[in-house]
Amino acid sequence: MADQTLPIAGSLEVTPQRHSPALLPEWLHGWVVTVDHKRLGILYVVYSIFFLLVAGAEALAIRIQLAWPNNHFLSPELYNEMFTMHGTTMVFLVGMPILFGFANYLVPLMIGARDMAFPRLNAFSFWMTAFGGLLLYYSFIGGFGLYGMGAAPDVGWWAYAPLTAKAFSPGHATDYWALALIVSGFGTLGTAINVIATTLSMRCRGMSLLRMPLFVWLMLVVSGLTLVTITPLTAAQIMLTIDRYLGGHFFDTQAGGSAVVWMHFFWIFGHPEVYVLVMPVFGIASEIIPVFSRKAIFGYPAMVAASVAIAFVSLGVWAHHMFTVGMTSVGNAFFVLSTMLVGIPTGIKIFNWVATIWGGKIRFATPMLFCLAFLFQFLIAGLTGIMLSVAPWNWQLHNSYFVIAHFHYVLVGAIVFNIFAAIYYWYPKVTGRMLSETLGKWHFWLFLIGFHVTFDTMHFVGFMGMPRSIYTYEPDRGWNHLNFIISIGGMIQGIAVLLFAWNLVQSYFRGKKAGNDPWDAWTLEWSTPSPPPAYNFATDPVVHSRRPLWDLKHPEDPDWKYEA
Amino acid sequence: MAGVSRPSSFTPRVSDLSRKSITRNLARKQMQSRMREYGERAIRLISVPFLCFVATCAAPIAWADGPQSSPSIFAPASTPASSIQDLSWFVLAITGGIFVTVGGLLAWAIVRYRARKTDDDSEPAQIYGSTQVELAWTVIPILIVVVLFLTTARIIFAIQDAPKPQVALDVTVVGHQFWWEFRYPKLGIVTANELHVPVSSALEPRPTFLHLLSADVDHSFWVPQLAGKTDLIPNHPNDMWIDPRHTGLYVGQCAQFCGVEHAKMLLRVYVDTPEEFDAWVKQQRQRGTQDSSVAAGRHIFETQACTNCHTIAGTAAMGTFGPDLTHLESRATIASGAAPNTPGNLHAWIQDPDHFKPGALMPAMQLSDEQISELVAYLTTLH
Repeated sequence: MADQTLPIAGSLEVTPQRHSPALLPEWLHGWVVTVDHKRLGILYVVYSIFFLLVAGAEALAIRIQLAWPNNHFLSPELYNEMFTMHGTTMVFLVGMPILFGFANYLVPLMIGARDMAFPRLNAFSFWMTAFGGLLLYYSFIGGFGLYGMGAAPDVGWWAYAPLTAKAFSPGHATDYWALALIVSGFGTLGTAINVIATTLSMRCRGMSLLRMPLFVWLMLVVSGLTLVTITPLTAAQIMLTIDRYLGGHFFDTQAGGSAVVWMHFFWIFGHPEVYVLVMPVFGIASEIIPVFSRKAIFGYPAMVAASVAIAFVSLGVWAHHMFTVGMTSVGNAFFVLSTMLVGIPTGIKIFNWVATIWGGKIRFATPMLFCLAFLFQFLIAGLTGIMLSVAPWNWQLHNSYFVIAHFHYVLVGAIVFNIFAAIYYWYPKVTGRMLSETLGKWHFWLFLIGFHVTFDTMHFVGFMGMPRSIYTYEPDRGWNHLNFIISIGGMIQGIAVLLFAWNLVQSYFRGKKAGNDPWDAWTLEWSTPSPPPAYNFATDPVVHSRRPLWDLKHPEDPDWKYEA
Repeated sequence: MAGVSRPSSFTPRVSDLSRKSITRNLARKQMQSRMREYGERAIRLISVPFLCFVATCAAPIAWADGPQSSPSIFAPASTPASSIQDLSWFVLAITGGIFVTVGGLLAWAIVRYRARKTDDDSEPAQIYGSTQVELAWTVIPILIVVVLFLTTARIIFAIQDAPKPQVALDVTVVGHQFWWEFRYPKLGIVTANELHVPVSSALEPRPTFLHLLSADVDHSFWVPQLAGKTDLIPNHPNDMWIDPRHTGLYVGQCAQFCGVEHAKMLLRVYVDTPEEFDAWVKQQRQRGTQDSSVAAGRHIFETQACTNCHTIAGTAAMGTFGPDLTHLESRATIASGAAPNTPGNLHAWIQDPDHFKPGALMPAMQLSDEQISELVAYLTTLH
């Protein structure tokens, strides 16, 4: 199985002695000034996991408040702050940074490069993102609400105008929200540029575009998409700030501005954003599923084509978030069609994953468990997405708990599950230690149960007419029991995530030694020691196929003979 | 998916049949049967709460006609809601079919192709793709999309572009933080939070067309049993229609986050028989009652800031920021459905609106208890 000395050209035979700094300040300084893509990747991931715990706690506060009707756990103001911060944090401080963190760590290793194309830009991007997060959370003390108390943003993560106007959102909470997103947006743009430059110009010899691992392909596509989508968001935030401080009237409806224009700006960012978050995890699944099925990915060219197709189609579907704002019937029909079209390349991906499993020898290690659950959940999320794309049905389901259930199926059922898979899969590479499989299985099953108790049930309260963003509800609407069940599920997920956090910490000190290649995998990162040394490869590796390590392990039956 | 290691069935070879192994075999069999018993008991234990759960989940799918306390989208009582429901069954059938097919294949593949203890170390056959198969699973989804799209488009046009008949009732709905204003332009009626419309039937269609406006931020009008929701957006008037088939009270609420009390911006739609509706119209068109026995309360109302925001026809009060109170007593609730309209609740509401709706825009007027009692005495005469 684990081959300690894979003789791939360029991999280091021996892990160099790690320089261990004597003093804490020296160690800290090393992390702050680092431009090493691996360290920055780790910083991104640690930062995101910290905010995952914070935003998770916010979600639990929301669920405690909604466990029964007319609960007084949170005041209405605080409840609105909680769901705004939960959404904003999960998207901007957890989802994007953790995925870009994976990209930072893995892309150079996977394409046989020694670092990202622009290491200093890389460090700058991370610190901008981190600063954005701090700015957002500083609003809790600096937001200065109406009564001189601190106040976090409370306008929803979509922040529809004109609720964000000075007249309706006095104080500075909304300003912190806008500024935080502008700042972290710059960080994201920097990383996107970096990933594009790296994948286009830093690949090792033999690594043609169509030999790149699918994770790298998807990060390339996502980075391109990021450049297109973050821009309108930043523009909209600047316009909002101009409205609030310089007397602009872009979104100021009292002065003839347009509330609908904000929605267009927001969703032309916001919908592709969903794909910015979900496509990297397609990449993760496309790395993990083959390794644990012991088969090459089925239909690699189709997977690449489908990814590019999804990126393009995703730019033309934004107004399906706006079926209820009163577009023309032709406009509605257009966005129905464009949205349904996303189902085709997405379907191809699901079929290809199933075909990859088909005929394999599946090993149920923790990363694979999370990926398999992802497949089922993503299937369901896709189908509820089709339901929501049906505009007339959307008039009923929009802004109901059905929508909450649907997008959490994507964001948790697909994205978070795959993020966990990725951490179980690559943690050994990053730290040199395996995560505990026992704790991993507990984490998986508890999280799976909690997830389904929570989000399956939410679909039904949505059918029963419960709208989102409400801090409490009438006791006679028939929503009481289901809400209680949803809250229980939330608690179970919370426990599972704590187990995971504990696993991360204790395995770092007491985990089994991993070796170079604990999963018997096929991509270049597994040819380096764990953790990889500075600059990854002593000499540039040379590859001949999509699975260079397969070729090495099976010289009698190498991949390059079969790859088109 | 429990099978990393499949329990191998116990098949001892003949030479192993020593006394010891037979006893072990027996013990094992006993254990197996006991396990089965436990399993059955566990299933029985789990099945009760599971069935309860299924029953609760199935609750929204109620076939009873007419209004329900749980405003399910699967209990439509008006044409837009009904055609949406029909469409949704169609879409559910297709997506359900896809789920069973793809999910089934996936589940089968996971079970069938799991690694087994008996496997050797060899890798399975490597298959890189298949053009025919991939073409097939591209074309089939395209066909499904075509069918779904055409069906959807038909319903979009049918609901959204439905012509307005002559007999239609016009109502202008104005969304406010955090209440609803209803204006009947042709009838000269202004009321709040409780919409009255006549029942409609196939023989005597009497649809109501709602013109949706907003005075401040975005809101959304959603009464699930009557129609899908449509947003109320400042500077962006919208329209929607309903034609309720059954009389009674339909509940809903604002479905677009509009600020601190979004949760308590509740909606009540009363569908009246034609006679009830005419009577209601007649009563609403009268001016405010002038009862001299409550002159003290009326004086307080007219001399305090109440008049800045509220209107009572026939008095000096002509404010428009808050609900029209001319016929306050004809409404069952106050504060946009946050509390029943009783003298006690009115008293508490005037004294401290935050008690019912923390963050409501009505200020506490700092009146004495006695003043509030007089005020409430006056308000309760406004039938």
